[in-house]
Amino acid sequence: MKAIRLTGLILFLFSLGLFLGSFFMSSYTLSESTFTQIVKAEHQEILAPEISKMYGVTYSISIPFVNDINTAVEKVNTKARAEQRWDQVIYDDYAGALTRASSTGFVPENKLLVFFLIYIVGAIGSMMFILPQIKLLGPAGIKNNNIFHNALNNRGWMGILTGILLIGFYILLYFFPAYITNWIIIVDPLQKVLNPSASSSQWFLYGFLYTFAVIVMGVRMIIKYRHSKYQIFRTFSVMFFQLAFAFLIPEILVRLNQPYFDFKNMWPLDYDFFDAWHINTLTKAGGLGIFMFVWGISLFAVGVPVFVYIFGKRWYCSWVCGCGGLAETAGDPFRQLSDKSTEAWQIERFIIHGVLVFAIIMTGLVLYNFYGGDFYISFNKWLITGILAITGAGLYFYHRKKFPSMGSRKVRNVVIGIVGFFGLGVLFSEVSVFAKYMPVDGSNFSFSSGNIRTVYGFMIGSIFSGVVGTGFYPLMGNRVWCRFGCPLAAYLGLVQRFKSRFRITTNGGQCISCGNCSTYCEMGIDVRSYAQKGQNIIRSSCVGCGVCSSVCPRGVLNLENRDEDGRFNQPILIGNDSISVS
Amino acid sequence: MQKIVIIGNGVAGITAARHIRKLSDDEIVVISGETDHFFSRTALMYIYMGHMKYENTKPYEDWFWEKNRIDLKRAWVKSIDFDEKQIQFEGSESMKYDRLILATGSQSNKFGWPGQDLKGVQGLYSYQDLELMEENTEGVSQAVILGGGLIGVEMAEMLHSRNIPVTYLIREKHFWGNMLPEEEATLIDNHLAKNHIDLRQETELEEIIDDGSGRVKAIKTKDGQVIDCQFVGLTVGVHPNIDLVKESKVETDRGILVDENLQTNIPDVYAIGDCAQLRNPPAHRRPIEAVWYAGRMMGETVARTVTGNQTKYQPGIWFNSAKFFDIEYQNYGTVLPVCPEDSAPFYWESGDKEKCIKIIYKKDNRQVVGVNLFGIRNRHEVWDKWLREQKPLEYIISNLPEANFDPEFFTHWEGEIQEKFNAEFPEQKVSVRKKGFLEKLFA
Repeated sequence: MKAIRLTGLILFLFSLGLFLGSFFMSSYTLSESTFTQIVKAEHQEILAPEISKMYGVTYSISIPFVNDINTAVEKVNTKARAEQRWDQVIYDDYAGALTRASSTGFVPENKLLVFFLIYIVGAIGSMMFILPQIKLLGPAGIKNNNIFHNALNNRGWMGILTGILLIGFYILLYFFPAYITNWIIIVDPLQKVLNPSASSSQWFLYGFLYTFAVIVMGVRMIIKYRHSKYQIFRTFSVMFFQLAFAFLIPEILVRLNQPYFDFKNMWPLDYDFFDAWHINTLTKAGGLGIFMFVWGISLFAVGVPVFVYIFGKRWYCSWVCGCGGLAETAGDPFRQLSDKSTEAWQIERFIIHGVLVFAIIMTGLVLYNFYGGDFYISFNKWLITGILAITGAGLYFYHRKKFPSMGSRKVRNVVIGIVGFFGLGVLFSEVSVFAKYMPVDGSNFSFSSGNIRTVYGFMIGSIFSGVVGTGFYPLMGNRVWCRFGCPLAAYLGLVQRFKSRFRITTNGGQCISCGNCSTYCEMGIDVRSYAQKGQNIIRSSCVGCGVCSSVCPRGVLNLENRDEDGRFNQPILIGNDSISVS
Repeated sequence: MQKIVIIGNGVAGITAARHIRKLSDDEIVVISGETDHFFSRTALMYIYMGHMKYENTKPYEDWFWEKNRIDLKRAWVKSIDFDEKQIQFEGSESMKYDRLILATGSQSNKFGWPGQDLKGVQGLYSYQDLELMEENTEGVSQAVILGGGLIGVEMAEMLHSRNIPVTYLIREKHFWGNMLPEEEATLIDNHLAKNHIDLRQETELEEIIDDGSGRVKAIKTKDGQVIDCQFVGLTVGVHPNIDLVKESKVETDRGILVDENLQTNIPDVYAIGDCAQLRNPPAHRRPIEAVWYAGRMMGETVARTVTGNQTKYQPGIWFNSAKFFDIEYQNYGTVLPVCPEDSAPFYWESGDKEKCIKIIYKKDNRQVVGVNLFGIRNRHEVWDKWLREQKPLEYIISNLPEANFDPEFFTHWEGEIQEKFNAEFPEQKVSVRKKGFLEKLFA
């Protein structure tokens, strides 16, 4: 058994190594014919003089190749801007297409083999590592042995390394997709199976890796919690929704010439739902498109209040949602790392509701713009940074005054984070990587509906949900995004807090304050603080994963949908007649 | 404003402190030599097993104490001068008090076995014991545990998590045989075997053998077996920790004797938790109850008395819980190891022998007096009500689904239990719970 696991681990590490190594397994040579084939005719003439010196030059890795293309484009654009020839500025992203067409070598020539060695062998290795646990872990039950002695699960070197790899992957995926052309090429055979006329993109790669992780780690989750049917059903559910709804159905829709659509995603998590291009795509795609549009709106307008009333927000967050699905499967080994302090809770409420408000304002402006309105506002960039700094400092001192005995380290960090972000926007407004996303223009921050949408997409959509949300799994727990950032979770949570039948019931006076529930709460809820008072747990952030109930050694906690009466019960413990009021 | 000093920062002492703060503005000092902050003693095993860190076992964040003006003092108390109302710490420091609450907890039993003080031999009660166990089990390839109780099985689980083979000696015929009826005890025996614990029933210790350097190398049983081991867990129960007051004016027996207001024979001095011994325990309760829940309830009660509202300690219906490896245990009311003459048991066990329920009822009026549940979670509130209202057996069997507290989608056992009841008592047939649609679908 142990030998099988070891072999599996070696196979998995081989695949992971090959995945990382395949980044370097191509060389890139731009030819004139590739150039003329890919670049639009009107750009060829102005771009050719700058780029022609690359013809025939072989690069051994993608980064300098991509950089040289981007530099050439940038040069042309700078010149065009300086001479106010606005129509000649190139907005097309040629780096990705040119890199892909210019790559030669082992990876492009052996796509199927590499795909097999990375993903099939990787999956087999993972299963060989995971499946023997059925025997090795002993009888079914909670087996959290040595989690806090483990370098992966307890922010040891393995956790930090995993975090760095994930964060690096997300930065490349979102901001430098042309660098990872090799990885995109490898999944092309699969893309062709699903849709022969398409070729794989960075998002197909991401969707595939995501689904792969949910399925493989879902099997692990089911084995780990196989004594609990609640956990088994729930895990099957997220695996199904990820595979079918998020990955396969949209690909099939595209193959059938229908709009790409994820039927389980919804606004405001799906923040581009009301973007002009998206509304237009759906409304112009015939009956199915209209249905998708109406479905998308009904889901958040009717589905959320009704289902949250009946089941709590868990129906979405830990049974259906893709972010939740990844957190509950690939993220499960890190759930114990969430911060349970009251201070973290205060920050959470501040940020997550802030993001919800931001999402609503952003969507409002986008729609206003869609219906012909024009919004434009411009602030002196120093002024706005100053106002943020003063507000932040105010919040900091307010916190110190109101909670003098509580450390204010985290409030300080959040303030520094937000002010710092805008400060950096100011300071680096000349640097192209940032300037693209920050609406800085000379000495002003200028906000139009369009660039508020860009800021949202950059800060919330990319940095928060991707880089921080998943990259920080091994550092801050598996629900960083869901807990601090997701505007849909905030909305679901408000309904759950104020109008729902869902609660976690505390079983009378049986709690022994051991702390397993709080430790394994991925949302950082201090479950014990309620349980030891005999109080039900009703928190807007609770995603209903049910792990507190699973790990409780005394059967104290149970997720229930019951009558609303008595949901917010009095903190009274059963068993002591000396003080109970009966 | 009076100054209330509490010795001991376990659940009893800390609950008292918290409730005193809720009820008054008095000055509160909690003294402990064990740790700076309150932690959950029942969670010590999980630190060793790596389920949690020490930090995770603290029920309150560190700022809580200052915010609630509960002063924490880390020191060992050397003696108490009850006439001067003064505490003497180790070293030269001392402290005055107006009222004193003793919550000094328990100590592990040792029965004078030869070799019981060797290196590698220990009990498990305090945080220091945990640190010692970490040190003592380093590189150990065989361990022996002595004593079939809750701490013993915890220790077995701890060692098991580190892949250290355990030989488990118990004096009784079955695990926890002085508390559990035979059927339930057998069920746990089997479960321990499933987890590769080498359980030796009716085996007693003769001596612990020195390896020549002051460390244990083996033990010898009364029937002459010699078992090699480098670690011995002595978990043969605990006794009240009364060393501090044994030689003083405070009346003691096994514990510190207290009246129904939890007051000792000395005015303004109280004792709660494991260290307290009730002079007149309520019916169905023991004079010393070294369990978490009793400690907590005494803390809640004494807080009222010391803040001027004389309150009798009146624990309600007895309840308890534990977990033996993967099997959870809940108990409501009285279930004795040997069923009394006037009562009878109703027992059901699942086919896999991992779940069972034992209900004890009076033979004459069929009133139910207690229940043991293994592997099934039931509602405290419902059982508390049923036992208070002295419901008869058939009522409870018939309404059993109401008490179910297992998570959603778990198999419901009430139907099987009711069928067994109907087979045993054909003249009192209850209706059997029907399976829902989903249950049948996923059965």
